[in-house]
Amino acid sequence: MRGFDFRAPDSLNGVCELLAEYGSDAKLLAGGTGLLNLMKQELVQPAVLVSLQRVPDLDALTVDSEGICAGAFVRHRRMETDPAVQGAVPLLAAAYGHVATVRIRMSATVGGGLAHADPAMDAPAVWKVLGATVHARSASGTRQIAADDFFEDFYTSVLEPEEVLTEVRAPLPPAGAGWSYQKFLPRSADDYAAVSVAALLALDEQGRVEQARVGIGSAAPIPVLAQAVGAALMGQAPTAAAIAAAAELARDAVDPLDDLRGSAAYKRDMAVVFTRRALAEAAARATRP
Amino acid sequence: MSDATVTLSLHINGEPWQGAVPANRLLVDFLRYDVGLTGTKEGCSVGVCGACTVRLDGRLVSSCLTLAAMADGAEVTTVEGLAERDDLKPIQRAFIEHGGFQCGICTPGQLLAAQALLETDPHPDEAAIKGWMMSNLCRCTGYYGIVRSIQAAAGDAS
Repeated sequence: MRGFDFRAPDSLNGVCELLAEYGSDAKLLAGGTGLLNLMKQELVQPAVLVSLQRVPDLDALTVDSEGICAGAFVRHRRMETDPAVQGAVPLLAAAYGHVATVRIRMSATVGGGLAHADPAMDAPAVWKVLGATVHARSASGTRQIAADDFFEDFYTSVLEPEEVLTEVRAPLPPAGAGWSYQKFLPRSADDYAAVSVAALLALDEQGRVEQARVGIGSAAPIPVLAQAVGAALMGQAPTAAAIAAAAELARDAVDPLDDLRGSAAYKRDMAVVFTRRALAEAAARATRP
Repeated sequence: MSDATVTLSLHINGEPWQGAVPANRLLVDFLRYDVGLTGTKEGCSVGVCGACTVRLDGRLVSSCLTLAAMADGAEVTTVEGLAERDDLKPIQRAFIEHGGFQCGICTPGQLLAAQALLETDPHPDEAAIKGWMMSNLCRCTGYYGIVRSIQAAAGDAS
């Protein structure tokens, strides 16, 4: 790993000042599990590494009637195990619990996992399903970015080099909404998925689908919100036939690559299969209001 | 002005350590070459295998994916810090008695991960043990012995 200057400011203002000064010569360090791997391979070679380790209050995690708010430095393990997150947004807790291994989850952070913008990560597609908003800050002010607009390409988000991700917020799912997180792991349990699917499904009083949102990871340059799948189910009873028909639309929502986990064509097929399974499980868990 | 060197003040297995290291010093190299604690092994170097596992303020971390600078102000526990003098922890005795200790390379990481598991869940069932310990690979493929050792240590602790 190349050398760099290491800075660990004790305030968010201090972080923003350094980012304003060094711009794209600086990189932000949180848990390190993503960035340090890239730096060891010399794919990323910052002149200045700005650590968030001394910035207070970035590890706040609140769940209330307004929704969930997770600070950038909240670690994955806390998202997985926090009783309030498990109770209010079990889909999110489940997705964080599926990341890599328990040791990595004890380091990796919410903000790092989003800013890293690896489409094979578990949580980004879930934040899109939840309709989350990413909050960022720079020396010139603050900015809110819809999770749906946050990811641009492989390992690329819309964050500017001068910006630091401070927190992510999402409204709570509707009461009684069913959920499912499906991760297809053809190699080993700690691997990246061939395809992963997050589903959230809410019913109306007649038992018809009032809201259906499906996010798909590992299947395109960015995490995908498969809007056509959700739209196909709206107003319908979530029967096996309706779910199977809607899940077929996942095939064209994704844009996967060939790799050791399967060919692109196979992953398209698996996107359909795991979308169907996710919707079936979410429908089974959903209760009428 | 350069900050290519960082000054650290931390505790390692309860002992204070102060000094300066290069900013790009990894925690695993710091422990092995600057502190002289060679119990921590480096395996895959990408955070997958768990051989370099240490604890940082109680958290399990891959010391190959952690800068020494990230441990500033923290309490680091390595395998050398598990036993108090010759008084082995139950998990260490169990690894010896139940075949968890094999070629030895992965053992320091296995012990720290298992100790953290037992602190979180004193009586883990087999699924919980496997789910947690999948973070630590054993190239001897001696997983049965490792699972047995953890079950035995959990039993001893009860």
